[in-house]
Amino acid sequence: MTEPATLTIDQVDLPQLDALAIGAAFLGTGGGGDPYLGGLLAASAIKRHGPVAVQPLHTLEDQAFAVPVAMMGTPSVMIEKFPGEDELDAAAAAIERRHGRGASHLMAAEMGGVNAMVPLIVAARRGLPVVDADGMGRAFPELQMVTFNVYGVPASPLALTNETGEQVLIEAEDSRQTEMLARSVIVALGGACAISCYAMSGAQARAASVPGTLSLAHAIGAAILDGRRQGDPFGALFQCLAHSPYYQHYADLIEARVADVDRRIQGGWTQGACRLEGYGADRGRTLELVFRNEFLIAREGGVTRVVVPDLLTVLDAQTAEPITTDGLKYGQRVRVVAASAAACMRTPAALAVFGPARFGFDEPFVALERRPDHVTRGVQA
Amino acid sequence: MLRVGIDVGGTNTDAVVMEGRRLLAACKRATSEDIGSGVVAAITEVLRQASVAPSALAAVMIGTTQFTNALVERRRLNRIGVIRVGLPAGASLPPMTAWPEALEQAIGAHTTMVSGGYHFDGRSYRDLDEAAVIAHVRDCQRLGIGAFSVSCVFAPVRDEAERRCAEIILGLMPQAQVTLSSQIGRLGLIERENASLLNAALGEHAQRVVGAFSQALVEMGIAAPLYLSQNDGTLMGAARAQRFPVFTFASGPTNSMRGAAYLTGCRDALVVDIGGTTTDVGALVNGFPRESSLSADIGGVRTNFRMPDVVSIALGGGSRVCLSTDPPQIGPHSVGHDLAKAALVFGGDTLTASDVAVAAGRFALGDPGRVAQLDPARVAQAMQQMQASVETAVDRMKTAAGEANVILVGGGSVLMPVHLAGAVQVLRPEHAGVANAIGAAIAQVGAEVDRTLALAGQDRATVLAGLRAEACAASVAAGADADSTEVVDIEEIPLTYLPGDHVRIRVRAVGELRL
Repeated sequence: MTEPATLTIDQVDLPQLDALAIGAAFLGTGGGGDPYLGGLLAASAIKRHGPVAVQPLHTLEDQAFAVPVAMMGTPSVMIEKFPGEDELDAAAAAIERRHGRGASHLMAAEMGGVNAMVPLIVAARRGLPVVDADGMGRAFPELQMVTFNVYGVPASPLALTNETGEQVLIEAEDSRQTEMLARSVIVALGGACAISCYAMSGAQARAASVPGTLSLAHAIGAAILDGRRQGDPFGALFQCLAHSPYYQHYADLIEARVADVDRRIQGGWTQGACRLEGYGADRGRTLELVFRNEFLIAREGGVTRVVVPDLLTVLDAQTAEPITTDGLKYGQRVRVVAASAAACMRTPAALAVFGPARFGFDEPFVALERRPDHVTRGVQA
Repeated sequence: MLRVGIDVGGTNTDAVVMEGRRLLAACKRATSEDIGSGVVAAITEVLRQASVAPSALAAVMIGTTQFTNALVERRRLNRIGVIRVGLPAGASLPPMTAWPEALEQAIGAHTTMVSGGYHFDGRSYRDLDEAAVIAHVRDCQRLGIGAFSVSCVFAPVRDEAERRCAEIILGLMPQAQVTLSSQIGRLGLIERENASLLNAALGEHAQRVVGAFSQALVEMGIAAPLYLSQNDGTLMGAARAQRFPVFTFASGPTNSMRGAAYLTGCRDALVVDIGGTTTDVGALVNGFPRESSLSADIGGVRTNFRMPDVVSIALGGGSRVCLSTDPPQIGPHSVGHDLAKAALVFGGDTLTASDVAVAAGRFALGDPGRVAQLDPARVAQAMQQMQASVETAVDRMKTAAGEANVILVGGGSVLMPVHLAGAVQVLRPEHAGVANAIGAAIAQVGAEVDRTLALAGQDRATVLAGLRAEACAASVAAGADADSTEVVDIEEIPLTYLPGDHVRIRVRAVGELRL
């Protein structure tokens, strides 16, 4: 048996993009933007400028200068107003000017959806490598919700740019305040912007990042694609998760139809809830999902089954194609899969920044594998 | 209620007469180059068989794969002028990014992106650059382009810029055909724009084909209204079909699956529809086609239509076969509606899948003497290969391991044996060859409620329940059977630029035709 999750990649070229986009959509847990769009944008940049080298986190030199770039705002806006290479590059350039030094590496803040891809766009354009790491191994709706912030790197200074060339530089006291300021600017700038922040040295990056997540996203996507060819995408996905360093505890929650979607563009996010009604073996069961860009919590009959920072993803029941929160449609047949977050995402310090309370859920974090109702169907972990 | 159901495929035009749920007569004719004469021939024959007068008909329902075939074969597509309103946003992915190159070339679009567009909340971020639109339309006019696709960032939230473009186009070119993305799709610019582009490129063909259908009915003295099958299994009127051919895309598989369910009484099965050019494999769940929840790819182009989940392979009765290669080459090209002239058994000089099946003794057709000289070992190998490709497609459509019921329909269904790997039983019902036409005649009826309202102070669940009931009632009023009517789609677009928590809610309900 191969262990796909241990496969690392050392460059991203066109053949890697399909798997990377699907894997990033899985880790995007419903948010992070339309992975198809991210794939198209990265493909167009790589076609123009060539492939992007991927450097393992542990080989990053102390004096390296890693610059994260991302899209921030409402995913539902990005499917109409596509992120552009110019504004992404301009955001990175503004941060480089502010720090007085040029980037040696680009980096993802979140390895989910479009945001797994946008660093590749700038890296391809500049001919620079990307770091095989991010700040969460998933996606989150707020800026301060990253391990960078938890482990000592501030979000500020932060640059925002949009398609009309408008640019805002934010200097704030802490990362939470940076988020609040950036969020209000984003609403004024149209709901989604290119950003750059958390620029850091190689030494800082090694101490404050989740390593190997670009390769992991690729491995997960490759497993789903491979599984589809073999006729069992979920089996392949579970096999891959079971052998991964972070996501080895997973739950195959329900197979269901989307019975209701209540979704709003609000405060710079796509927010709402979705009700799933089980069919087949799951007939009679109902699962409620609450989301803010990302799926945050799954409840069944009022009882929490999975909560952030553990991962919660909705996939097409046939193909295991991840479905984003803005792609949810009434009547879709889906399967919901949850997975454990990396250990550094579950520490008290980390939970203080992105635990359930930070999303307004009045309950402590309980790891999904420690819940009394935890069942792993499908492949055994 | 007497009605004629017709399926106009690339190879054959099939017709049935039905009264209520009873099949009175069925026949099959070759699809004619001009479409219309084949339809006239099929209707004439089927009415004669059923002893029904043209004036007795209450409706004529046509399902056609003409538009899908035009895209797949990249023929009969007209040039289009493309206007996307959105700059400075979106320049990173111009229209037709990621389209198959051959299709892009076949359409020969003349494209521009102009300034303008809306934020998510309906605020304009740039005024529409009308001068650029005018200049582009003049360019298209010089190039002889008469069909346009217009898309705009956030058009489903606010369609003013798209409508203004249409005014400008029609002001300069009153005869132009204009497709607006907001008339076709939902949020998601790439998919909505793609559907709009495809629709525009099919405009002239739609005029011709739907015009031929209408003309055929006039010639025959049929006054009953003409309907076309849509991709969700419901019907639309001829005038709408002429403007929106893109809505017919998946009607072929939908009709064949519903026809298969009708003919066998089987509610859950895999349906293999073997036509002249392609074989579609779909799944019936509780009597209805299983829907794909992925973005639907049409001819390699991503759209966001609701479509049945279908696997298509290039195999049909008219598939060209080459036995001299090893292994034998089957398809992807087909002789299409020339089967009755081109096939060996009919005196032609092209070896087709049907000829091979006759040589193998699977069925009798034309003059078997003309295929007697084919190498029996090669013939057996080709037959085995066709069967294996269908079995693979069947396997891909299964949701669970184990065996399933398989229903064979379509004119080419005789190519397959009555035992297939992975099938509990293989059903090939009587009239299997005209399942599509039957599906068209038992089409569903749908209705949509599209309402912009203020949610402030109201309970969302109550509002939704009201709209659901309204959509169901509208569907029943349009002729659907109340017991089978259900809501199939709900789309909610928040309109934050209006005060009072306004939303646009679209609810679609569909039910069986009340007979």
